[in-house]
Amino acid sequence: MRAQPFSAHVREIADLSIIDMRGEINAFAESELNEAYTKSELGNPKTIVLNFTEVSYINSTGIALIVSLLGQARKARRRLVVFGLNDHYVEIFKITRLSDFMAIYPDEATILKESV
Amino acid sequence: MGKIWRLITKKDPQDEHPGSPTAAVHSVELRTSDSPISQDDPLLNYLLYTQGFIEIEKLDLDSPALELLKQEGVHITVPLISQGELIGLVNLGPRLSEQDYSTDDRRLLNTLVTQAAPALRVAQLAKQQQAEARQLERREQELRVARVIQETLLPKELPELAGLQVSAHWQPAREVSGDFYDFLEFPDGRLGVVIADVTDKGVPAALVMATTRTIIRATAERIVSPGEVLQRTNDLLNPDIPRNMFVTCLYIVIDPSTGKLWFANAGHNLPYKSTGNGMIELRATGMPLGLLPGMKYEEKEAILEPGESLLLYSDGLVEAHNPNGDMYGFPRLKQFVVEHPVYVDTIGLLVNDLVSFTGPTWEQEDDVTLVLINRREATNGEDDTSLSHQTQSRSQINWYLLAEFTVASEPGNERLVMEMVTEAVQNTFLSGGKLERMRTAVAETSMNAIEHGNQYRVELPVIVGVYSSDNSIMIRITDLGGGREIPEAVKPDIEAKLAGLQSPRGWGLFLIESMVDEMHVSSDEQHHTVELIFHDTGERK
Repeated sequence: MRAQPFSAHVREIADLSIIDMRGEINAFAESELNEAYTKSELGNPKTIVLNFTEVSYINSTGIALIVSLLGQARKARRRLVVFGLNDHYVEIFKITRLSDFMAIYPDEATILKESV
Repeated sequence: MGKIWRLITKKDPQDEHPGSPTAAVHSVELRTSDSPISQDDPLLNYLLYTQGFIEIEKLDLDSPALELLKQEGVHITVPLISQGELIGLVNLGPRLSEQDYSTDDRRLLNTLVTQAAPALRVAQLAKQQQAEARQLERREQELRVARVIQETLLPKELPELAGLQVSAHWQPAREVSGDFYDFLEFPDGRLGVVIADVTDKGVPAALVMATTRTIIRATAERIVSPGEVLQRTNDLLNPDIPRNMFVTCLYIVIDPSTGKLWFANAGHNLPYKSTGNGMIELRATGMPLGLLPGMKYEEKEAILEPGESLLLYSDGLVEAHNPNGDMYGFPRLKQFVVEHPVYVDTIGLLVNDLVSFTGPTWEQEDDVTLVLINRREATNGEDDTSLSHQTQSRSQINWYLLAEFTVASEPGNERLVMEMVTEAVQNTFLSGGKLERMRTAVAETSMNAIEHGNQYRVELPVIVGVYSSDNSIMIRITDLGGGREIPEAVKPDIEAKLAGLQSPRGWGLFLIESMVDEMHVSSDEQHHTVELIFHDTGERK
């Protein structure tokens, strides 16, 4: 078992800012994730999208990081939405009630379709 | 004290001018005398406190060394003093011209001695260091040989027998002594277990260990009775064992099908039988092997009931000292055995208990050898081939051990625990969503053990046991953070967190509780244990 280091890249489509994440979201991901989030805000988008498709593992510290991003987004009156979560992490988003505050989409196409 | 260093005069046969005033010494030879000046010889004190040129003929002391110098024809001696210590003498015979030594000669000699003394001291120290290095190398080589002998003779594998779970731990000290253990599997299914400790250290101890092991093995093939095996071993060992050496040895024969055991003891530590409700010492008397010929060894019988265990241990455990000089001792070991029911990884926890007692800076004094024999619970006729071990349960469920391991308390190792537990449960009912929930709960619990329990001290292990019963899986995760208050899992308030009124963190315990069917937390002075239990509810994917 090898740890998968976290990386995040920001891209913009229409008026969405999408953060593509890869690897494990844990304490080691904090600075990279926060940098990506700051970058995603540069174009002042109304909606920021977190792409979990390539995320292999989220622990409780990772949940805390996402809560922190959600708090920042709400303060700036932005929507934070997610896609690409597997069933287990959808369950965790429900248990933690993150899903009450951020919409969970199955994939990117659905988000794009809705935002058009 | 320095030896007598001599400058011996030798007449050069080629010199045709012996009367030359500067040819007092034709050639010189520096050599050491093997006769140091005795500590109580008055000459020694005289030389130490008299600077420079000394005329031997004019000295009048009751000194054997002085007499020796006179006999050897020494006229003049000049002490070589370095850092207040006499390290040698420059001795001169009569001048070849038969004239007295001149003022120039004296000046030259003093200059020579002033420069020679420190140089000679350096040479002496270098020689001494070389000798010490050679001795150290020889000693280390001997230790390496002794260690190889020991390691070669220890069992390569633990016996695998239906009804018994055997585990062992051997932790050698740097100074090799002769601890060993051995397993003898007999054709009728019985198991012989030997634990022994040879006195003395190094190669002699290792060789006696090898001999003892061989004699016991050969004798046990022909003789069933443990008492008679020890008697025969003692008689064979006695004539050849070096003086002042002996071997303490416990020999047990167990019938795994009935739990019946026969044992005899040649002065070794008494084994402790843990019953789940307490402990019993198994006592049998006998002299250590090799001390006296013709000794008889008392033989006793006992029963190891299902769920009970037997701990065999060497002096290195009970005689370990902590930094305050306190000994680990028998009372602490007995208390440990009583407090740790047999379904726990007793050997792993016992080693941790020793580490927590001695502290991380412990310089191990003696080998530590532990052997633990667990008798499994009755399996009610079920096939347990895929579930190799059976243990007792907190709620009288029969738990089978699937895997036991430890990981170091390093950040990220919770993922390692998660993967190893996943591998251990791969043939069980855990799959799909339930498997994922188990993985999250295990990772979070391990992370707490690494971070909060062991506080990232890499030398402290996180101990993980994975157990299975008919309808459940239990993962037991233990750290060494006992004695501290355990925070309760409070459901985090996400609205407060989003409003900045609570830290975004604090999800760990909540997640664990949300993932498992049962969670039990227990603590003693040293350990903190969390049990995560998952029931088979028919959920499959």
